[in-house]
Amino acid sequence: MRPRRLERLIEAALLGAATVSVLTTAGIIVVLAVETFEFLREVPLVEFLTGTEWTPLFANPRFGVLPLVAGTLLVSAIAMVVALPMGLLSAIYLSEYAPDSVRRVVKPVLEVLAGVPTVVYGYFALLFVTPLLQRVFPQMSGFNALSPGIVMGIMILPLVSSLAEDAMRAVPRGLREGAYALGATRMETALQVVVPAAFSGITAAFILAISRAVGETMIVAIAAGQQPRLTGNPFVPLETMTAYIVQVSLGDTPQGTLEYRTIFAVGMLLFLMTFGLNLVSTWLRERFREEYS
Amino acid sequence: MRHRADLAFRVLALATLVLALVTLVALVMDVLADGAGRLDWQFLTSLASRRAEDAGIYHALAGSIWVIVLTAALALPLGVAAAVYLEEYGTNSRLARFIEINIANLAAVPSIIYGLLGLGLFVRAMGMGRSVMAGAATLALLALPVVILSTREALRTVPKSIREGSYALGATKWQTIWHQVLPMAFPGILTGLILSLSRAIGETAPLITIGALTYVPFAPDGVWSPFTVLPIQIFNWVSRPQAAFKENAAAGILVLMALLLAMNASAVFLRDRFQRQGRS
Repeated sequence: MRPRRLERLIEAALLGAATVSVLTTAGIIVVLAVETFEFLREVPLVEFLTGTEWTPLFANPRFGVLPLVAGTLLVSAIAMVVALPMGLLSAIYLSEYAPDSVRRVVKPVLEVLAGVPTVVYGYFALLFVTPLLQRVFPQMSGFNALSPGIVMGIMILPLVSSLAEDAMRAVPRGLREGAYALGATRMETALQVVVPAAFSGITAAFILAISRAVGETMIVAIAAGQQPRLTGNPFVPLETMTAYIVQVSLGDTPQGTLEYRTIFAVGMLLFLMTFGLNLVSTWLRERFREEYS
Repeated sequence: MRHRADLAFRVLALATLVLALVTLVALVMDVLADGAGRLDWQFLTSLASRRAEDAGIYHALAGSIWVIVLTAALALPLGVAAAVYLEEYGTNSRLARFIEINIANLAAVPSIIYGLLGLGLFVRAMGMGRSVMAGAATLALLALPVVILSTREALRTVPKSIREGSYALGATKWQTIWHQVLPMAFPGILTGLILSLSRAIGETAPLITIGALTYVPFAPDGVWSPFTVLPIQIFNWVSRPQAAFKENAAAGILVLMALLLAMNASAVFLRDRFQRQGRS
């Protein structure tokens, strides 16, 4: 009788540990929601979401989040221009072309690229890539969206490559062999058969990459500047949502003030954006798995 | 013509990978060129200073080690317990499925959001202040999804026959897990833990958000002590205008990368040993 009770107790304890992850999600939502609610009691939601000026730390504060959102989207878009085509090409190469000897070299290199701390990428963007780009674009400022965007793209490339490669490897061999039998070249098979067949898996990888770019912090905090600005110009300093949270966390803004609550409101918006993207990505991956199981 | 297109495509794809490799090489060379001259014993053993040439990394290195050891102590038992539940007990129950989806989504939440959670929950609500403990608790939550995922993979490599043999000898489910399954999966679990910690040790944003200070001119003397870590110290130095501090940042990056390399090497070593064991 006693051992059986012990078994039950242990199972309950293990279940408790497993629910920590659910509690974490709940904790994130509660912490962000409470502070955001306090923030929205003083700043109307419409002003927050549609205002075009973000100057919460000034004497005459304005709380329009659009400049931060625009900064985030601009840097993310530049990162995607780099990461998506390069990631897809590298995935096609690794899945359809590469002999084992090449894979043995390339895979660890991609793993190392993915494992470099983001603060190191920030250093690289500010002190190596920006000076390099300034030779091509002399009008470019020392802080800008282009350099951190490109570096972020390189950082995200391994994620896109490995997820897209997984999706393509899951495509049944028979489809490829059918294409070869009809006389298609490797490229035709890859682009017209394998990529379309793995489409939802590849899209899931792309969406996860966007989510990573939107939430990336240190590269932009170091290399993009701290000037909220509603612009599409990649050469001037701007500020992203994440960089703003870092800026306030480093400063001496007293806790409990409206200025301080802004980081939770911005955090809430960031969480909702990335969480939405993650859900779509998970859903697409599940659908893809069903197609070929 | 079609075959020439095929060849061009192959060259383009290969060029992409070469570009990635070149970036990695450029990054390493750049940091080495800037920081190698600054890296010496004095740098490793000195504390923070307002003067670049006197400043060292000791306090940040000590802070990183304190935080990472405590993170491991929190994430390992929680992560393994959760993985054992999902893999051995809750298979296919609706609750387990819900927890799984939740873990997958948590893995993709930006790290700075964990920082806001840590600030609201550990620093303020639980009154831990801006301490090593609050930092480690935040990073443990951040590392948990990866620890759970890799532990589950390690548990899956334990053959079914081991479990059945144990049951046949009259062992209960938990006795089987504790005496047979976990010891066999342990090297794999450890590898996953080290890899997730090597990601946590490079994390900057969540620790800045919970308010780890950028100027802490002493090493932590306990879990309730204020602290700073390597990446934050590097960020602090990069943000200063003087060139001498940028050299310090590069030297700091070299220390951080050496630490990462050591952790990854030990993970690879463990994985190799594990694979050899599994084959024999």
